Amino acid sequence: MSTKPAALYHRIVVWALFAMLLLPLLGTFLYSISTSWSATVLPDGLTLKWYIQLWTEPRFLNAFLQSILVCVGALLLATVLILPLLFVVHYHFPKLDGLMNVLILLPFAVPPVVSSVGLLQLYGSGPLAMTGTPWILVGCYFTIALPFMYRAITNNLLAINIRDLMDAAHLLGASTWKAALLVILPNLRKGLVVSLLLSFSFLFAEFVFANLLVGTRYETLQVYLNNMRNSSGHFSSALVISYFFFVLMFTWIANRLNRDRG
Amino acid sequence: MTVNPAPSDTTAALPTPNLPKPRSSRRWLPLLCLAPFAVFFVAFQIAPLFWVAINSAIAEGGWSLANYERVFSSRFYRQAMQFSLEITVWSSVLGLLFAVIGSYSLRQVDSKVRDFVMAFSNMTSNFTGVPLAFAFVIILGFNGALTLVLKQYGLLSDFNLYSKTGLIVVYTYFQIPLGVLLLYPAFDALRDDWRESASLLGASALRYWWHIGLPVLTPALLGTFVILLANALGAYATVYALTTGNFNVMPIRIAALVAGDINLDPNLASALSMVLVGMMVVFTAAHQWLLKRSYHVH
Repeated sequence: MSTKPAALYHRIVVWALFAMLLLPLLGTFLYSISTSWSATVLPDGLTLKWYIQLWTEPRFLNAFLQSILVCVGALLLATVLILPLLFVVHYHFPKLDGLMNVLILLPFAVPPVVSSVGLLQLYGSGPLAMTGTPWILVGCYFTIALPFMYRAITNNLLAINIRDLMDAAHLLGASTWKAALLVILPNLRKGLVVSLLLSFSFLFAEFVFANLLVGTRYETLQVYLNNMRNSSGHFSSALVISYFFFVLMFTWIANRLNRDRG
Repeated sequence: MTVNPAPSDTTAALPTPNLPKPRSSRRWLPLLCLAPFAVFFVAFQIAPLFWVAINSAIAEGGWSLANYERVFSSRFYRQAMQFSLEITVWSSVLGLLFAVIGSYSLRQVDSKVRDFVMAFSNMTSNFTGVPLAFAFVIILGFNGALTLVLKQYGLLSDFNLYSKTGLIVVYTYFQIPLGVLLLYPAFDALRDDWRESASLLGASALRYWWHIGLPVLTPALLGTFVILLANALGAYATVYALTTGNFNVMPIRIAALVAGDINLDPNLASALSMVLVGMMVVFTAAHQWLLKRSYHVH
């Protein structure tokens, strides 16, 4: 155990870190519930009218819904593509895992703004014209979620010892498909749910693809927030706080599920 | 997902256990399962990058390095590279520093406080981009609450959130939670009894960190640093929302060349993009090289 002054130092550092991370959120929250706040250190009065104005604004509700639809669509696609991939890689071709670990670095190494340059030209016109529609976002968001989901579910797969489970299922007469769907999949359920919730919370925050490839033609929440730049700061603060609480809810549920796992 | 049973699996109906057949004869089926993934991955990840790489080297209808020449001979684009690198390096160094100090102290406090602050830090790691820019305008903009408080006490004379310094502050903010998230597990490697042994043998705290703490943590520090660099270098949303696309960094320039109102030039944007990706590759290569060297120390 550390000595008294050392313990005090560590506590101060941790609370300072917390305060530093909290400050922008706290400021935005205060701003969102104040009647007016300019040129003074504290707001003049408190009100909920910005939240009421926000949650009765059709354009906001529409953007909110569209964001959810795009993210859910992308995560469905990611699940349908990544689960078979993981099963095949780990059961049939374990050597491919090395290649996959290199491939999943690409979404990190190539920033969305770079991908957008190519995407705008490839899918801007011609037979695969997709820019300006939510479909291109579904595809792009799949690549953003891929590294995270791949790593998270791989850890889960390694923990359940897929080979033994499959051999046991085979011996009991199950086909490979049946064993994969009825034995392996249920064992991955929790890891899958946690990785989907966390992926949702960072896909919901995506702005670059949404703004460059689609913009106002299918407005997501982040694009709407950016377009509201010139409206009242109190209104956009209410938007920021509403957004953050929505995302917070997802990360909180994911953390709870994750903790229950042990 | 509905899948028809594979032809080779019809033996499942027989009473004898369905042992897997020799693998070579049934490899085409698993490979087929990889096809949908491959199609989407190529379409949305590989093909765009490929397009950028090819078109960066095409100018006026033929192969040429003219785009790269234009990028490197223009003072404007050289400034964008310089600003990008300055903001990236400073915010990564500061973010790493705060993350190291924070993670180490997080290890030492009791678990209730630790879990709470860790959970909060993880949540704020999603607080980036446009919402973050808004929050900073409110607290640190020209009339921001914190700006006013600091000015009142004369602690701040001419801070400008929309300048390079301002951007370094905002970037550092979003680097800290990511740094903590990545570094915190690395402190597992440092055992408490090492510090006790060192101090029993007469080593000062500084000597302990220099000879034991830092070398043990080096691989994790380098890895985290590279991820922070990549995170800051490619960041677009925060700087775009904060300065309405008027601050000269590489992601802003690239986007302006493909989605701006005037002067569209996808080939020039491709060359700039390749320079950006090139910087990422240099960071990663340097990381690998340093990692090899750091292992020789032991």
